[in-house]
Amino acid sequence: MRITYPHMGNLYIVVRALLVSLGLEVVLLPQTSRRTVELGVRYSPEFACFPFKLNLGNYLEAHEKGADTILMAGGVGPCRFGYYAQVQQQILSDLGVNMEMVVLEPPDVSFQEVKDKIRYLIGTLSWWQVIKAIRFAWCKARAIDEVEGRLLYLRPRVEDPLRLEKLYREALQEIDGAGDRRTVQGVVVDYQQKTGKLKKQQKKPLRIGLVGEIFTVLEPFANYEMEKRLGLLGVEVNRSIWLSAWINEHLFGGLLRVKYECAHDKELASPYLNSFVGGHGVETVGCTVGFARRDYDGVIQLAPLTCMPEIVAHSVFPALAKDYDIPLLTFYLDEHSGEAGIQTRLEAFLDLAAARSRKKEEQMSGSVFRN
Amino acid sequence: MIRIKKIGIPRALLYYYYYPLWYEFFTRLGCEVVLSPETNKAILDQGIKSTLSEVCLPVKVYFGHVAYLAGRVDYLFVPRITRVEAKEYICPKFMGIPDMLKARINKLPPLIDTTVDAGKEGNPVQCWVDCLRDAGNSLTADRKLIEDALEAALQAQQFFWKRLNSGLMLPDAIKGIAIPEIPVNSSSKPLRIGLIGHPYNVYDPFISMNLIKKLQQLGAVVVTPESLQADEIEKEAASLPKRMFWTLGKRMVGSAFRFFSSQKLDGVIYLTSFGCGPEALVEELVARTAKHQNMPLMMLTIDEHTGEAGINTRLEAFTEMIVWRLKYANHIPPYGESVHCR
Repeated sequence: MRITYPHMGNLYIVVRALLVSLGLEVVLLPQTSRRTVELGVRYSPEFACFPFKLNLGNYLEAHEKGADTILMAGGVGPCRFGYYAQVQQQILSDLGVNMEMVVLEPPDVSFQEVKDKIRYLIGTLSWWQVIKAIRFAWCKARAIDEVEGRLLYLRPRVEDPLRLEKLYREALQEIDGAGDRRTVQGVVVDYQQKTGKLKKQQKKPLRIGLVGEIFTVLEPFANYEMEKRLGLLGVEVNRSIWLSAWINEHLFGGLLRVKYECAHDKELASPYLNSFVGGHGVETVGCTVGFARRDYDGVIQLAPLTCMPEIVAHSVFPALAKDYDIPLLTFYLDEHSGEAGIQTRLEAFLDLAAARSRKKEEQMSGSVFRN
Repeated sequence: MIRIKKIGIPRALLYYYYYPLWYEFFTRLGCEVVLSPETNKAILDQGIKSTLSEVCLPVKVYFGHVAYLAGRVDYLFVPRITRVEAKEYICPKFMGIPDMLKARINKLPPLIDTTVDAGKEGNPVQCWVDCLRDAGNSLTADRKLIEDALEAALQAQQFFWKRLNSGLMLPDAIKGIAIPEIPVNSSSKPLRIGLIGHPYNVYDPFISMNLIKKLQQLGAVVVTPESLQADEIEKEAASLPKRMFWTLGKRMVGSAFRFFSSQKLDGVIYLTSFGCGPEALVEELVARTAKHQNMPLMMLTIDEHTGEAGINTRLEAFTEMIVWRLKYANHIPPYGESVHCR
C-alpha cells in the first residue's frame, strides 16, 4: 500500500509523522502548484468549491508518483465537505485512475467503522503503538503552531523579514525530519533563540484578524499567501483557526487544553448568528466579534467561492459592523483570483484601517477637545 | 374590536413544499395570512439589492419577497430550517436565514423564526408540529386552539401531498384546482421530458422563465419529481455509496435515478441555480450516471442575469436533438449502441 493524502497547509508534516510511525509507506505530494490547480479544475464540477478542486489535483499528482491509496476525511453536515470523497472517487474511476480511497468518517456516525478502517490501514500493529504514533504527530502539530505563531508575530517587527522566513522554512523542515519528540522540541527552542536575535524595528504594527473557512485560512496556496502579504505590508496577523486546536477539537473531542486567542470566541456569535450553520460559519462570526472586542484594526474573512457557511457568516456582517465599527473585508477565492487585484484590495483596506486607527488614537489622547 | 393579526409568508423557497400547512395553521389561529405576489422584476431587484452577490438566486428572491412584505404585515413567518428529516440537513442558508434577514433588511416586523429540527430521531411531520406549536405560543395563549389548528394544518398538508401524487402539477395542487383533463395528442407521440430541480426554481415562473410551459409548447410532456412517491426516491437514493445527507439533494438524486431507470423518458433537464452549494456535487453525480446510462441530459444553470432567448434556443435544440436521436439513431447509431436496443 502506497498511501497519500491531500494537502492543507502544514498538515502534511503531522499526517506523515502519524502514518510513518504506523509503518505505512507514504507518498508525499509535491507542493500544491499551478499545475495542481489546472489538473483539479479540468476534472472537477465547475461549481464545486476550491478545496475540492485542489484535492483532486493533489490525487492526480500523487497517482503520477505511484500512490495507490488515498486517506481522506468525511463527515455529515450541511457543509459539502462530507460528500467530497464519494464524488472524487467517482471522478477518478471514470478517468480510469485506479486508486483506493479510505474515508475516515467521524466516530459519531459509526465508531466501529472507524475502528475497522484504522485496523485495515495499520494491519497487525497494537493499539498502544497507534496511541504512541498519535502522540508523536500531536507533538509535531503543536510545534508547527508555535513556529507559525512566532512567525506571524515577528514578521512586521523585524528589519529583515526574508531572513525570518528562511529560518521558518528551515524549522519546518527540521520538524518534518525529526524522529522523536525531544528533537522536535529542540528545533522549536532553537528557532525561538535564532529569531529572537533578529534586529527589530520600533514601529507599532497594525493588527488584523484572519477568519474564515479552514482550508483557505490554513493553505497558503489557496489564499494567495495572505499572511505573508499582510506581514510584508507591516501587519501583525492573528488567525481564528490553528491546526493543533482544530485537531484537538474535532479529533480528540476537546480532550486537551489548547490555549489560543480565539479559543472561546465561538460563543460570541450570538446574537448575530444564532444557529450552527455547518463548516466554520459560527466560528467566523464569533471570532470576528472577538477580534473587534480585543481592539484589532480590522478583520479579513477568507472563503472559497460559493462556500455556503461563509456566505451566511458574511451576510450577517452588517449587523456586526454596526455595533463594533471595525473594518471588514471578505475574499472569495477560486482558481481565477488575480494576485494584483488581491494586493490592491489589501492595500486599500489597510490604508483605511490605519486611518481609523490613527483617528482613534487622536481621540484617546484628547485631541477631540481641541476644536 | 380586536384587530386581526396579519402574518406574512414569502412566496419563495419552502413555500412550494409547505404552504398548505402554514396557511391552514395561521388561518385557524385566527390570523390573516398575507402571501407575497408571484415573483416579478421589482421583487427580484429588491432581493438583489439587499443580499450579497454570492448567495444563490432563490435566496435573493426570498429576500425580495420579505422586503415586499415588511411594511405590510404584523409578523413574518420565516422559520429557521435545520433538518426536516432525521440526520439530514437542508442547506446552511436555510439555517441562517432569520439572522441574515435581520442583518440586511431594515424595519422588519417581528419575525416568527421558530426552529424546525428533526434532530437525530425526529420525523418529517413531528418537526413541523414542534415548530408551529412554538410559533402558535408566541401568538396566542389558547393551547386548545393551537392543537386544533395543528390538526387541521396537517390534514391540509396531507391532502396537498395526495394531490401531488395523483399527478397534479405543484402550482395547481397548491391552488386547489380540480384535476384537469390532460389533452392527449393522439396523432404523434409526445416527448416525455423529466424536469429535475428544486420546486422553488422550477415552479416559480419568473425564475425559471416559464420553463414548464415552454417545454409543453415544444410538444413535450413534463414529468417532475413531485409525481414520485417519497419511498421511491428514498430507495433510489439508497444506491449511492454514502447516505446522501441533504434532504433536497437526496430528492434530486433519487428522482434523477428513478427517471433514468424506469420512467420511459426521452430526456432529462436539470435546472439548478448558480451558487447552489449541495447541487454542485449532486449534479455531478447525476450527470455522470446519465452518461453511463446513455440518457440525454441538459443542465440549465440560472441566475439573475439569464437571458430568455438563450434558454429558448437551448430548449429547442435539446428537444430537436432528442427527436433526431429517436428517429435516426435507431438502426445505425452514430455512436454506441442503438437507442432501441437498450
